[in-house]
Amino acid sequence: MSEQALSHQPRDDVHTEPGAIRFVIVALAVLFLLVFVVLPLVVVFASAFSRGISAYFTALGQPEALAAIKLTLLIAAISVSLNLVFGVIAAWAIAKFDFAGKTFLISLIDLPFSVSPVISGLVFVLLFGAQGFFGPWLQAHDVRILFAVPGIALATIFVTFPFVARALIPLMQEQGTQEEEAAISLGASGLQTFFRVTLPNIKWGLLYGVLLCNARAMGEFGAVSVVSGHIRGETNTMPLLVEILYNEYQFVASFAIASLLAMLALITLLAKTILERRLDERQVPSDH
Amino acid sequence: MIRPVLAAAAGLLLAGSAYAADFSLLNVSYDPTRELYAEFNKAFAAAWQKETGKSVEVKQSHGGSGSQARAVIDGLQADIVTLALAYDIDAVAAKGLIAPDWQKRLPLNASPYTSTIVFLVRKGNPKGIRDWDDLVKKGVEVITPNPKTSGGARWNYLAAWGYAEKKLGSADKARQFVAELFKHVPVLDTGARGSTVTFVERGVGDVLLAWENEAFLAQREFGKDKFEIVAPPLSILAEPPVTIVDKVADKKGTRAVAEAYLKYWYSREGQEIAARNSYRPRDSEIAKEYEKSFAKVELFTIDEAFGGWTRAQKEHFAEGGIFDQIYKN
Repeated sequence: MSEQALSHQPRDDVHTEPGAIRFVIVALAVLFLLVFVVLPLVVVFASAFSRGISAYFTALGQPEALAAIKLTLLIAAISVSLNLVFGVIAAWAIAKFDFAGKTFLISLIDLPFSVSPVISGLVFVLLFGAQGFFGPWLQAHDVRILFAVPGIALATIFVTFPFVARALIPLMQEQGTQEEEAAISLGASGLQTFFRVTLPNIKWGLLYGVLLCNARAMGEFGAVSVVSGHIRGETNTMPLLVEILYNEYQFVASFAIASLLAMLALITLLAKTILERRLDERQVPSDH
Repeated sequence: MIRPVLAAAAGLLLAGSAYAADFSLLNVSYDPTRELYAEFNKAFAAAWQKETGKSVEVKQSHGGSGSQARAVIDGLQADIVTLALAYDIDAVAAKGLIAPDWQKRLPLNASPYTSTIVFLVRKGNPKGIRDWDDLVKKGVEVITPNPKTSGGARWNYLAAWGYAEKKLGSADKARQFVAELFKHVPVLDTGARGSTVTFVERGVGDVLLAWENEAFLAQREFGKDKFEIVAPPLSILAEPPVTIVDKVADKKGTRAVAEAYLKYWYSREGQEIAARNSYRPRDSEIAKEYEKSFAKVELFTIDEAFGGWTRAQKEHFAEGGIFDQIYKN
C-alpha cells in the first residue's frame, strides 16, 4: 500500500500546468467541499441550537428521542457484533484457503453494496411479512420479526455486512499464511494461533471495518424505513425520527437528533484518519 | 471486545421494557392526524383509567394512507386502523384481517370526524384564488401530492373532478379540467405532509390543495401573517374512517378496549377534540359551538358523485385508470 502511495506522489517536474491553473483547480475543490460538506454541517448545528442550548437538550430528552437513541444503539450493537464475527470468518476463509466458489463468495459479500437499501428492506418484507414466504409459519407461532426489533436488526445486518469483511480480506491476503504456519508448527492450537497471531495482525484493519460498519448501522434509513412500521417510541431509529420530527414542524428537535448523527460522522471521520495512519505505519516494515 | 457490547445491549433491552401499561393498543393512521391522535390518546387513556381503573397505552404509527394499509397487510400488528379513506381499509379487509361489513359497525360510515379540501395560499392571495377554476389560470402553480400514494391527494383530485362535473356539466369536461389542473402541478410528493412542507417550507407553488385540518395546522405553525386559507364554495366531504383490525385485536385480546377507544370518538369529549384540531365534528351540538371555525362550504359525498370508493378507485386511480391517462399526456 505504501509503495503504491509513493508512486502517486505528485512530482513537480511532470506538471506542466502554470501556477494559475493549479490554483483554480485547488480552489474549485475547496469550494466544492465548502458548499457540499461544510455548509450542510453548519446548517444542521445552527438549526439544532437556533432556540438555545436548553431547547436542544429538552428535545433530546423527549421519550421518543430517547427511545430512538436507545433503539439505534441496540441495533448498532447487534449488527456490529454479529458482522464482526461473520466478517472475520468470511475474510479468514477467503484470504487463507482456496476452495471452489471463492469468487462467487466474494461477490456475494459485495451484494449489499450494489443493492438499493429499499430493496434490501423489501426482501425482508417478502420473506417475513404476513403475506411473505415464512409469514404464515411465523404468525402461527406468534414470532414477530417484521415491524419489530429483529426485522430492523436483520435489515441493518444485511446492509452493513460487507464492511468488516471488505476491510479484512486485502489485509489478510497480503499477510499470507506463513506466520500462522510457523505458530502451528511450533505447537500452537488453532484457537491460540488465531488469538495470538492472526488477531494482533489484523486488529487495526478490524477496527477500521467495525467503525465503518457502525457508522452505517446507525445511519441507515432506507432499508430500516421499509421494515420499521414507524411505531412511535418503539420502532423508530434516529434517522427515521429525524424525518418524522421534520414533517411535524419540530425543526429544533429534528435537527437536534440530526446533530447527534452528524457528530457520529465527525467522530468516525477522525477515528478513520487515525486508523488509516496506523494501518500504513504497520505495513511499512511488513512490506517485503 | 464483544462482551461489553453485549452487556450494553442487554442493559438497553431491559431498560426499554421497564414500563408496561395494562393494555397496549397500536393505532396505524395516516399522515396529518399526528397532532389529533396525540391529544385524543391522552384523553382516552384518562377516561378509560377513570372508568375501569386500568391503564392503557396507545401507540401511533403514521405514514401515507396507502402504505400504512400495506404495512398492516404485511403484518404490522395494528389493533386499530384510522386511515384517510375507506378504500385503504377495504384493501386490508380484502385480506381477511377485518370483517367485510366494517363500515357499518360504527355510526356515520365509521367516520367520527370529517374534513374537506381547501386551498392554502400565500399572504394577500397574490394570484386571487377563490374557486377551483382559478387554479387553472395562466401562471398559477398548484401543489398536491401523488394520488397513487396519498389518500389526501385522491380527495383533492375527486374534489376538483366533482366541482368540474357539476359546473361544466359532463364527465368529459371534468376530465379535461382535471388534466389541465395537473399541468399546473410542478411536483408530486408522496404524502400530504410532504406537499405541505414543499409549499410552506420550500416556498414552491402559489396554492396548496390540502385537507382543511392540515391547512389550519400549517397556519397555526407558521403564522396567519404568512398564509391564508381559502375555502372554495363547493368541495368534497372527506370521511376518514376508523375500525378495529379484528384478527389482531382478537389475538391480542384487546377487542374490548379497542372498541371503547373508537366509541370514545362519538362522545362529547371526542367530538370536541376533533373540532379543536380543525376536523369537522359530526355531533350537531359541538358543530354549532365551533361553527365559526369552519367556512361554509357546499359539500358533496363520494357516494353521490362517484358511486363510492371502490368505483372511484377503479375508474380513476387503478393502473391504467383516468389519472394515469391524463398524467401521461
